[in-house]
Amino acid sequence: MEAVMTPTAAKPNDYASDQEVRWCPGCGDYAAFAVVKKVLAKLNLDRSKTVFVSGIGCSSRFPYYMNTYGFHSIHGRAPTIASGLKIARPDLDVWVVTGDGDALAIGGNHFIHLIRRNLNMKVLLLNNRIYGLTKGQYSPTSLQGMKTKSSPMGVLDRPMHPISVALGAEATFAARSIDGDVKHLEFVVERAARHKGTAFVEIYQNCVIFNEGAYQFATDKLTKAENVLQLEHGKPMIFGANRDKGIRLRPGGLTPEVVNLKDVPADSLLIHDEHATDPTLAFMLSRLGQPGFPEPMGVFRDVEQPTYDDQVHEQVQQAITQKGGRGDLQKLLTGTESWRVS
Amino acid sequence: MAATPGALKCEGDQSTLHPRKITVLPSVTIRFAGDSGDGMQLAGTQFTDTSALAGNDLATFPDYPSEIRAPAGTVAGVSGYQIHLANTEVYTTGDAIDALIAMNAAALKVNLRAVKSGGLIIVNEDAFAANDLRKAGYESNPLEDGSLRNHRLVKVPMDAMNAAATKDAGLNPRDTDRCKNMFALGLVYWLYGRSMDATIDYINKKFAKKPAVAKANLLTLKAGYHYGETCELFEEQYQVPRAKLAPGTYRKMTGNEAMALGLITAARMAGQDLVYCSYPITPATDILHELSGEKHMGVITFQAEDEIAAMGAAIGASFGGAISATATSGPGVALKSEAIGLAVMTELPVVIVNVQRGGPSTGLPTKTEQSDLFQAILGRHGECPIPVIAACTSTDCFEAAIEATTIAVKYMTPVMVLSDGYLANGSEPWLVPDASRLGRIVVEHPTADGKPYRPYLRDGNGARPWAIPGTPGLEHRIGGLEKQDITGQVSYDAVNHEKMVKLRAQKIANVKPVGASYLWTGPEKGDVLIVGWGSTYGAIKEAVLALRAQGVAVSHCHIRYVNPLSERIGPLLKAFTHVLVPEMNLGQLSMLLRARFLVDAKSVSKVRGQPFTVQEIEDAVRATMGAAPSFPVPAQATADADAGG
Ligand code: SF4
Repeated sequence: MEAVMTPTAAKPNDYASDQEVRWCPGCGDYAAFAVVKKVLAKLNLDRSKTVFVSGIGCSSRFPYYMNTYGFHSIHGRAPTIASGLKIARPDLDVWVVTGDGDALAIGGNHFIHLIRRNLNMKVLLLNNRIYGLTKGQYSPTSLQGMKTKSSPMGVLDRPMHPISVALGAEATFAARSIDGDVKHLEFVVERAARHKGTAFVEIYQNCVIFNEGAYQFATDKLTKAENVLQLEHGKPMIFGANRDKGIRLRPGGLTPEVVNLKDVPADSLLIHDEHATDPTLAFMLSRLGQPGFPEPMGVFRDVEQPTYDDQVHEQVQQAITQKGGRGDLQKLLTGTESWRVS
Repeated sequence: MAATPGALKCEGDQSTLHPRKITVLPSVTIRFAGDSGDGMQLAGTQFTDTSALAGNDLATFPDYPSEIRAPAGTVAGVSGYQIHLANTEVYTTGDAIDALIAMNAAALKVNLRAVKSGGLIIVNEDAFAANDLRKAGYESNPLEDGSLRNHRLVKVPMDAMNAAATKDAGLNPRDTDRCKNMFALGLVYWLYGRSMDATIDYINKKFAKKPAVAKANLLTLKAGYHYGETCELFEEQYQVPRAKLAPGTYRKMTGNEAMALGLITAARMAGQDLVYCSYPITPATDILHELSGEKHMGVITFQAEDEIAAMGAAIGASFGGAISATATSGPGVALKSEAIGLAVMTELPVVIVNVQRGGPSTGLPTKTEQSDLFQAILGRHGECPIPVIAACTSTDCFEAAIEATTIAVKYMTPVMVLSDGYLANGSEPWLVPDASRLGRIVVEHPTADGKPYRPYLRDGNGARPWAIPGTPGLEHRIGGLEKQDITGQVSYDAVNHEKMVKLRAQKIANVKPVGASYLWTGPEKGDVLIVGWGSTYGAIKEAVLALRAQGVAVSHCHIRYVNPLSERIGPLLKAFTHVLVPEMNLGQLSMLLRARFLVDAKSVSKVRGQPFTVQEIEDAVRATMGAAPSFPVPAQATADADAGG
């Protein structure tokens, strides 16, 4: 995060443009919008050096509502635009806002390669497990069997796990939060904003129109504590309304299991390590979910590795040093094998 | 010179050298051909460099097989390198071959039909065994069955000669065999009275760390040279005198090199770094290679995950204020099309290079074609015009890249540059420009003036301002949705949409050429006008000059700015009885000219992965004027004769 701090303390609404916000009333995107403004204000980010880039979909309207620079591009291609921008202008603070269809279906390739390059930017994926803008077709994260306008007999495709995909693409930062828990969302988005490298955040987002209740298991006050595992670095993985359940590896293997704390010794539980160099633990966590397991929320992985944008410019500097200075155009044009005609 | 021991056992071995008759030729076309592993490209480029140093004007045409590892010895694996050198200006890489060097039977089979009647054929007779003939698809040995009776055949046991010459270098048989291209080159150097010095220097530098390889190459090069000198196989030697070229410093350059240098130069002229985003594709990849090796010139190269990403990244860099470019070939342009539409909608400058190849689909990746003209001008969704500049020679790619950048920035628009496989890989001498006199490309990024920023308020050229992130007070949002005129807010208003469509179209229609909009040869009226674009320039120009010398009233218009077309072209077309449009496609420019100017422009079409010959153009003109062609026009050639093309 290299953006220069603005001199006066910023307020969340300083980051809102004059555009009327047009998501459906009750849409989870509002929560994300509010949180992002809050985090930007908290970090006092310079609006003129901040750029929001999006693709197509409900969530991709985001840039219009931000009083920063913005680029509402084409379906799936936000990572490409953002990459070119960041490579050309490493001084900018670049945020990609995308959705499950945008990032994982039409833009799947770009999403993977953005993350593997570890460009220094933030990627917020608002996952509502449905296509909202085109009015209700299934998406790459829709659950199998789900009946939608384009799957009247149920979805056949197996759902993708965005965090698994990100980790598979060598993500240096991968986290998950949910629109219904704005405190947690704010914590995660702020952590992402402070990460150097590609910070990927999956946000469970409720689409009230086409997929209402998709995340009820994680928002319903009665069941939430049983269904969600809050990840905390260095802490054992404990959950449940009475904090009486935990996750451990089944002895003699690599298979996680839910255990009752009174049945097992406390030190047999898995301890969360965001900073583990090896992504295996994070990947295993990314596979946990309903039914059978609580869904982990929080930071799965946070490690520091060189960023692509830094390295690109380092190579240019290195080439200049090696060749004894910035290239001379006349020398380049003349080449090494020229001859004179008089 | 001391003879290389052991290498000079030729029939009727002459121990005394005797001078040959030296025939002076104004121009000559030589083709080195062999298996793709035979090093023909290297032999060809070395001969080219030496000829350039000797002061010839020249043009070259490498012809690669499509498959990197086609089976050795088959016609699919034949690689060729053609050089046309002359003591006058050279416009083409030469129609018919004066001298063919065929390293194996397949190379002879593929190239024979291009050799002039009476032309010289030097073959490596060691590669004409039964197995070689079978792989090449010969039923009988062409060296013996009389099929070469109309040519001057010289049989040289190159494998044996090369092995004998290099035996002291201590290489294994495989590495020894790889040196035989230098034997052939040495022989051809002798034949054309060329110095070996430049190649000797090259070998010493290239293999500085492999002395045994350097030694073997030098030994066999010299052995080839002495073989020509001592053996009674050739009655004469040839000399092509130096050409009268404008004074100055020259270098040899391919179209792809020229494009890369043009992009770097344009960025320098704009006082910026170049951000080049690309995905590898034949025949454009060399531009990426070239640019990625010039980082110290302020070049950032980004090898994207696909063509779409390359285009998106170029747009993103442009949004950030960079001079950005991408290059690809037709299939890549197809993938980029949606994003090019975004650049048109957001009105951001990007240069897109299309090095055309045979299509559709994967088509003929290593062969040349001009079939993407419609794609360049029309091939996008919506009303989506962009300026299109077609380079007409290899070195013109340099100018075209600079002109495209200038226009992109001035009019805030993506601009496409068309090249093709022939220009990209072909090379010619280039008069190196004085870098201090290249002029400037003016780039302006506005700063806040207290008034609300209006991203779509246009200047006199119809261009919108290029405010870039990092500028306080000018924060704004752009995107692919239709814009309200001036304010740039999203607008679905029907009347506004029509207005914006027209504003964007008008902006492109008003683009003023930076360089020549078209090139003209001959009077502005007459019997026949030949209109061309792109790489057919040389063949048309040479044909027109030849026909005019014979009294035919023919002129040549070569269009560089294929979009927008100059208004002046219409009246010019109407001043001729016949308008012929030779293109390596099925008549795309001719259709545009007919639609745009209501003239009876006739297409002369060739879609064979090979450039037009001068003869084919001349014949088309004669056919139009009622005279019988002196040579079958392509449409009448048999399919069989095409097989090796
Ligand atoms: S359709 Fe769904 S995702 Fe889209 S704005 Fe409405 S509630 Fe939100």
